[in-house]
Amino acid sequence: MSRLSQLRAGSTGHLHALNCPRSFRRRLMELGMLPGTPIRLVRRVAVGDLVEIECRGCHLTLRLSDAEQVLVELV
Amino acid sequence: MSSATERGDRPALVAIAGNPNVGKTSVFNRLTGSSQKVTNYPGVTVERFEGSLLGGGSVRVLDVPGTYSLSARSPEEEIAIRAIAGLAEEDCPDLVVVVVDATQLSRNLYLALQIRELGVPVVLAITMGDLCTGRRPDAAALTSAFGVPALEVSGLDGSGVDELQAEILRALEDRAPAAPAFPWEISPELNIDIDAVAPHLPAHWDASTEPRRSALALWSLLSLDDEDELVDIPADLRAAAAARIAAPERDIERETILARYACIDAVMGQFGRTAASSRKGTERADSVLLHPLFGFLLFLGMMTIVFQALFTWSGPAIDLVESVFGSLARAAQDALPAGILRDFLTEGLITGVGSVVVFLPQILLLFLFIGLMEDTGYMARVAFLMDRVMRAVGLNGRAFVPMMSGFACAIPAILATRTMERRRDRYLTMMVIPLMTCSARLPVYTLIIGALFPVGHWLGMPLQGLLMAAMYLFSVLVALLASAVLSRTLFTGPSVPLLLELPPYRRPHIATVLRMMWQRSSLFLKEAGGVILVCTIGLWLLLSFPSSAPNAPHHAAARAEAESTLSGEALTSSLATINSTERRDQLHHSYAGRLGRAFEPMIEPLGFDWKIGVGLIGAFAAREVFVSTMGLVYGLSEDVDQDPSTLRDKLRTARRANGDLVYTPLVGLSLLVFIALACQCMSTLAAVRRETATYSWPIFMFVYMTALAWGMSFLVYQGGRALGFE
Repeated sequence: MSRLSQLRAGSTGHLHALNCPRSFRRRLMELGMLPGTPIRLVRRVAVGDLVEIECRGCHLTLRLSDAEQVLVELV
Repeated sequence: MSSATERGDRPALVAIAGNPNVGKTSVFNRLTGSSQKVTNYPGVTVERFEGSLLGGGSVRVLDVPGTYSLSARSPEEEIAIRAIAGLAEEDCPDLVVVVVDATQLSRNLYLALQIRELGVPVVLAITMGDLCTGRRPDAAALTSAFGVPALEVSGLDGSGVDELQAEILRALEDRAPAAPAFPWEISPELNIDIDAVAPHLPAHWDASTEPRRSALALWSLLSLDDEDELVDIPADLRAAAAARIAAPERDIERETILARYACIDAVMGQFGRTAASSRKGTERADSVLLHPLFGFLLFLGMMTIVFQALFTWSGPAIDLVESVFGSLARAAQDALPAGILRDFLTEGLITGVGSVVVFLPQILLLFLFIGLMEDTGYMARVAFLMDRVMRAVGLNGRAFVPMMSGFACAIPAILATRTMERRRDRYLTMMVIPLMTCSARLPVYTLIIGALFPVGHWLGMPLQGLLMAAMYLFSVLVALLASAVLSRTLFTGPSVPLLLELPPYRRPHIATVLRMMWQRSSLFLKEAGGVILVCTIGLWLLLSFPSSAPNAPHHAAARAEAESTLSGEALTSSLATINSTERRDQLHHSYAGRLGRAFEPMIEPLGFDWKIGVGLIGAFAAREVFVSTMGLVYGLSEDVDQDPSTLRDKLRTARRANGDLVYTPLVGLSLLVFIALACQCMSTLAAVRRETATYSWPIFMFVYMTALAWGMSFLVYQGGRALGFE
């Protein structure tokens, strides 16, 4: 189990748990980020402390501090 | 036809909904053609685009703001929900067309499923089919799998739109559809939660059918929490929802969303996977455009080009507007007999309208660039790049677009904050937007810099141009600084998580970009136009009355003496001198003059005299009115805008009673700083008042900006004098 924030660029896995504040967790789940959903970390932007992820064909960016609360099971 | 297009005593209503970036607006444009009109959503002043269905008689079509789901976070999403569910004072739509992106079908179907839960008939319009690699979306298969009509359309070339329109009419014709069942099975536990909440649903939400009752109860359970900023929610509904959410061993949210996605995944399974669109090109572009170094450099380069274009391209158009209104004023001057009506028309009305229209070229151009950046998908990357900077001053990446719009005009910029989720972020952004150098400051800067600073060069660059660039930089720095201070004092609170979608890059659709440009610019005309016009006319009244100078007999005598003793050119020039002296006396005596002198003690420490005070009062209509007011103050009744050199000369040579020059470069600098920071725009205050629905925020904005302006100008002027500058 790893934190989404620790993934290397290009690595893929399955979502395990979202330990975020309620409204943010709901927003992520409504975008289809559910337990078991495949997820890929596309790129890390060190300067901005941001990550770009791909999930269900959709590209999203999160702040590193928010990505820390997302647990991923690496493939 | 009438049976299909009318519902009781009103025409049928079709809402067009969808996720952001799915081409919803171009589908709406295709369906309604040129019949669109802009109205306001009830209760809020958000523009609502409505048209009638082409070939559909009286069917009304409503363009709903884009949203990912029905649980709203931002005010714009809240509007979407009200329109789709028929809450508040909205009519409930008879049909919702959900525009879905073929490349991201499951996420898009989530919204469609939620709308189906409400029991409203749904038609799916599939866009972006051409972006799917390999397998094209199969509308017929989706129709049978999802259980609602689905058609492929293209907003770009209009293919499929006729079929969509026919399908809309057919669906409306089906007047008594069997009440659609709830699209997924609600577990017994969830039913208990729903039954606990449903009795508290307000009567006007119309929870008459069983599916709609469940849907609205579920919506309440998923949307209401301590942080939501939804308005018009009854307290007992909130309490009932909070009690169920807090129940131990229950995770209503997770259960509901999983059930919805299970339903969608079943549909996707029957329908067959759509091949994801190829993002190879986008990913390659992003590896450069989002690069920590090159991405920033490219962005800065692009901004430089945009602003360069803004100034060079808008120049001719501004000149044209000014010359048109100048000749209009002259024509009125020639056609009408001298008197109060003529003065009102030429100096009040025509000047007033002119001072509104003159801003349009720059505003249109800036919104053209912003529209292009949004439509290509680059704007999301800019928010991404700027998030770090914005976070340091207590804002987030989403605040960047509104702040950039502030370079054109603060009013559309303030309205653009509606896409931000949290009230704290929205208000904070609104408070600092008016510090950005809007296009109304430009003519004032041009006048002051042109009049008071030397034409020389510094390191090979024109000095005056550098000073102008410095004023822009100054405004950005002060805005960021103000945000940093405000976010640590008044707007405290944890930062809200940032979630941005990075859509694939696309070729911009020109019609959509142009429509966006016009919509935002017309916001300026609508919001600011009236206020600027009224203020300009009011100012003219203050400057023109009382209309007779206290020593009018003295001037009349002087005129009579000149007429009897002089002739030819000597007479003309003597009369001109007398007239301008009389005008100056009248102005000194006018209400505006008295007001300016009353303010003089307050602005004297900044190096300003009462005439500048009159100009600053004039600037409240719009900052650029400062220029024409100074023209009136210095007795140039002719168009100052046409030929500012005479005003420039007047300013250079104006002297105080003791013989010192009024305008030294130090006074000029102090004045520049004051104009940059003071809140001198009635329209902005009016916009903030309406967006926040309070008087306290506009008052706060006025007080803090004026205090900041006064303090900084004081520092510049007194500090400069202490250092021995003139």
